[in-house]
Amino acid sequence: MDKAEYQKRARQVEPPRPVARNALFAFLVGGAICLIGQGVQTALLALGYSTETAKAPTAVFMVFLGAVFTATGLYDQLTKFAGMGASLPITGFANAVVAPAIEFKNEGAVMGTGARIFQVAGPVIAFGLLSAFVVGVVRFALQGVWP
Amino acid sequence: MTFLLAFLIGGALCLIAQLVMDLTRLTPAHILVGAVVLGVILGGVGVYEPLAKVAGAGATIPLPGFGYSMITGLIQEIPKEGWVAIFSGAFKATGAGIKAALIFGILASFFVRARA
Repeated sequence: MDKAEYQKRARQVEPPRPVARNALFAFLVGGAICLIGQGVQTALLALGYSTETAKAPTAVFMVFLGAVFTATGLYDQLTKFAGMGASLPITGFANAVVAPAIEFKNEGAVMGTGARIFQVAGPVIAFGLLSAFVVGVVRFALQGVWP
Repeated sequence: MTFLLAFLIGGALCLIAQLVMDLTRLTPAHILVGAVVLGVILGGVGVYEPLAKVAGAGATIPLPGFGYSMITGLIQEIPKEGWVAIFSGAFKATGAGIKAALIFGILASFFVRARA
């Protein structure tokens, strides 16, 4: 049995996914997290930050929230329930870094936490940077031509 | 109004990602990588910027917004840094979020017990 056929059979045995329900929860939870992010950004603007200078502190605060909810084990529950609604926002990125940092601590600070901390977030950063490099070369070459 | 749009656009991006995952059976890791690459490309051609202006955190908090930050940070650095911006620019814009996650992760590993 080749891989394609195995996957086809596995699909037939696997219970059907509640696609509509998953999509609804992803929408509600993802939207709610962005709403919190907007609240943080608006609060920073009121404190005198500009739209530009508020970006980094907003990211740091949302990462902090994601880290706290991960440390208490609540974020894993949220991910089970909301799927991409919890994984796609930056709080999910924080979860992807903090969860393995805790999970592999027993293997040591260097070979456990240190080595595994980017297990999930690493691919995102690697391919994000690769595509930014390619697009960056194009934009560099088009300087003056394309604002 | 910004709050409503942040909720709707941010929710819609998550909904699309969830639908893609359920309908194509791609792994979450592939979806997340795809989302950030898409953000870089859309940001590079100037399509993501209007969305970020309208939806605020609804566009910048989900992962495509992370890619958008990478490429806009890089493009903004080109006039100042020249070709070096191709290497340094993307990290300047997203470094705070990445470093925050690393620091909080390491700190959490000191104080939180691993679950069995």
